Parts: sequence; C-alpha cells; structure tokens
Amino acid sequence: MITIMGTIITATIMLDDFLVRAALAGVGLSLATGPLGAFVVWRRMAYFGDATAHAAILGVALALATDLPVAAGTLVVALAMAVAVAGLAAKGWALDTTLGVMAHSALAFGLVAVSFLPQVRTDLSAWLFGDILAVSKADLALIWGGAAAVVALLAWRWQALLASTLNEDLAHSAGIRPARERLVLVIALALVVAVALKVVGALLISAMLIIPAAAARGLARSPEGMALGAVAVGAVSALAGLRLSLWQDTPAGPSMVVAAAAVFAAAALFGRMRRP
Amino acid sequence: MNLIEARHLCVRLGGAEILHDISLAVRPGEIITVVGPNGSGKSTLLRALLGILPPAGGQVVRAPGLRLGYVPQRLQIDRSMPITVRRFLSLPLRVTDAQAAEVLARVGMEDSGALQMAALSGGQLQRVLLARALLSRPQVLMLDEPTQGLDQPGEAAFYRLIEEVRANTGCAVLMVSHDLHVVMAASDRVVCLNGHVCCEGTPQVVSSAPEYRALFGLGTQGALALYRHEHDHDHPHVHDHDHGHDHHGHHHA
Repeated sequence: MITIMGTIITATIMLDDFLVRAALAGVGLSLATGPLGAFVVWRRMAYFGDATAHAAILGVALALATDLPVAAGTLVVALAMAVAVAGLAAKGWALDTTLGVMAHSALAFGLVAVSFLPQVRTDLSAWLFGDILAVSKADLALIWGGAAAVVALLAWRWQALLASTLNEDLAHSAGIRPARERLVLVIALALVVAVALKVVGALLISAMLIIPAAAARGLARSPEGMALGAVAVGAVSALAGLRLSLWQDTPAGPSMVVAAAAVFAAAALFGRMRRP
Repeated sequence: MNLIEARHLCVRLGGAEILHDISLAVRPGEIITVVGPNGSGKSTLLRALLGILPPAGGQVVRAPGLRLGYVPQRLQIDRSMPITVRRFLSLPLRVTDAQAAEVLARVGMEDSGALQMAALSGGQLQRVLLARALLSRPQVLMLDEPTQGLDQPGEAAFYRLIEEVRANTGCAVLMVSHDLHVVMAASDRVVCLNGHVCCEGTPQVVSSAPEYRALFGLGTQGALALYRHEHDHDHPHVHDHDHGHDHHGHHHA
C-alpha cells in the first residue's frame, strides 16, 4: 500500500517536470501515429493527411474566437475537412489536384483567420510547429486519451481495414463495407490531428505519420510488424528530438522530425545493405 | 437449382447504362465463360452479381446460404505493404495453418507461405488469389480476367488448374475472359456480352454464331478452343487451333 502510494507520489512529482511531460507526450503521440501512419503510407494518403492537418489552424482560430477548447475546435474542423476530402475522392474528383487545393487553402484560410486574433498572432509558431515543452497535465491526458482512442479504433477494425486497403472489391465480396472502413481512417486521422497539434504543430503532423512508418517498412515482414515498428521509431524520434532540442536549443517539434528522418535514412541504408 | 441468377438485370454507372436486361443463371458444377470487348460490362456483371454494385433494374437472386469465392482482376500489392502469403490468406477471416497449407497445396503453391506477396510472379499471385478464394469452400467461384498478364503456357496452366478445382470440389465457375482469342474449351457455356447478352452456348456454338462474329470478326473463331483437354492421352496437350476447321470462306462476306 505504502509502495503504491509512494509510486503515485513519485509519478506525480515526475509529471511536474516539464521534460517528463514532454517525453510522455511524444511517446503517447507515437502510439497513434505509428499504426495510422502505416495506413497513410499503404493507401498513399500523404496529401490527405496534409489537408486535414492544415485545417487544424482554422480550427484553432474558430475555437479561440468562440471560447471553445482548442482541441474541440481542431477536432471538429479537421473532421469536417477529412470528411469533405473523402467525399470528393469517392465522387472521383482528380484527387491529387483536389487535395492540393484543399490543403493549401485550409492553411491560408487558417492563417488569415488567426490574424484577426491578436492573442494567437503572437505565438503562431507554436500552432504551426508545436510547443511540446509547454505541455500541461491536462494536455497530457488529452494526448494519451486521444491516442488510446485511435489505437482502440484501429485495433477493432484491423482485419477489415487491411483487407479493404489491399483490394476493396475483395473486401466487399467478404462482407466488408470499404466505405465504412475509409470513414474509420478519416475519424482516426482527425483525432490524431487534434492530439498532435500541441506536440509537433499543424505543419509537421504528416511528417510524424509518414516518416516513422516509411522507416519501419524496410525492416518489417508483416503489416503488424510495420505498425509496431513505426510506433518504436516514432517514440525514439520524439525522445531523441527532445534531447537535441535541449542540447542545441533547437525547436522541439522540428527536432523530432529531424530525428525521425535520420532513423529513416539509417533504416534505408541498413535495408539496402541487407539485400544483395 | 440455380446457385446465383441475374434476372433482367440492369446496372447503371454514373448515369450510363452499362448492362441492359441480363438474364443469366449459374448451375452447380458448370463452367461459364463471359467474353466481350473492352467496355462491354464484363467486370460490371461480376461486381453486380457479387453485390458490390446495386442493380438499377431487375434483380440478383442467390441460393440461400450461398458461398462465393472471388478472384479479383488484379491485386496490386503496393510495395509499401509488407505481407506474406500466409498472412494474406488470413484476411479478412483468420484461418488455421492447416487450412492455409491445404489451399496452397491445392493450387500448387506448397511452402510459399513465407514469401512476400510483392515478390510473387504474375502466375504465382493468381494462384494465391485462387487459394484465398477456395478458403470459404465456395459453391461458385468468380474470376475476373484471371489470366491477365500471363503468357500462353501460364494461361493454359491456370485454366487447367481451374478445371482441376472444379473436378475436386464440384464448384461452379463463372469467369470473365479478357482475351477474345483464348477461351477455355472446358467451358460448358460461353456467354458473349456487349452491354446485353449477344449470344450464349457451348464454345463451338458461340464461335460460329453470327452475333459473335459481328463482335469479334472472323479471324478469331478458330482460336476459340486454344486450350483443350485430350482425355484419351496420358498427359494434357495444348492444341493451337489457329487454323480452325470452320472457315467456310466467309472472309469476304
């Protein structure tokens, strides 16, 4: 009993350290970006992720203008954006162009909208590139809660998601509704955007989805292996990026992406050496 | 008894009527080949029968509890997804190692479970897709242009495999053929499709039907039975009937 109390007290004290909170935020985010990033890579949804993430800035502006919690505003706008893009894609619009238009417009509209809000204007870079060193306990609860929801959602739909990613007709003939599985990914993406905004910012969310998954690709032999590998790469990159940020006083979010890119390069090199 | 049947089926895609008034029934154990030019609605017919596309008119009737196996036109395994043959067979329903080994042996792909899907050749991939379709012990096997991208020996070998599967499991086979020159002679029926059913019957009947000739010209009818099983021989032969027997001098008609 005493040891349990002691552990809880120690943990609480640890959470008072901003570095511990930052590390936990980075690792928590990786739990969600790992498996979701694998689907983003498999289904070539990189631009889709960009459009959704950039819409988050607009969400921030709307939330602050209406006194809503920022995470709620981000989630709503990201979800609306993701559903809109998915709907256009299903109607057969030229996807590359459509996504390009949507992604950049969302960012531009968001930036124009926040310029009307002086309190955001001052720390705009925190929304664009994240502010992981300022993560509060409430932020941490949100990040871990959101990540847990994404992981649970993906684990629940895992088999059906994989089948419809490989071939939608094949999945359909086995009784799966591919449109519903697409919606699952859209919801997961919006959740991740809302959760990741504080950690890496709107501009680098896609990077944390794609780079760890791409790094894990060369070393994995199964879809599950790649998803877990992406979690590991994401967590290591987050911690290494924090370290770099402390050591060289670099911005934390971009430092995490730099670390992920370094892991990717190393993995690509290793994979090339392993193949004859 | 019909396993699956289209009754006056019409299908629209984006406003255009792709299939018009199709009536087609699949009976137990028969092999039906659907041939037709590009855009004739062959794949659409299969997708409507599978329930992927809703009918705009008419209906698709399935025998109660019908088990369907589907081999898609092509499966582009993106190199970005690492997945072994064994893992692929467990999608979307997980199967035991014994079940996986059994269907792989049936299609001549023993010991391939550990191979990466992206590393398979075209012929190997088609066999694995067939194995996956067999897992549900289908009463009807539907194949959408299963030999696309295979060379002629590969094509003949795959058709032979389909025949074996039919003989061993008694399942009916409904197959769409992209290659108008090569239709399996083992087909019990050939259905010639061009938005509607132009003609149907045994390969011999269809190849000499005027509707078929109008659609495909005269040069192809002799090759309709490129692959033929010679049952009075010890081993299967591949006969090239390019110089068919029934030219009848219609070339200038």
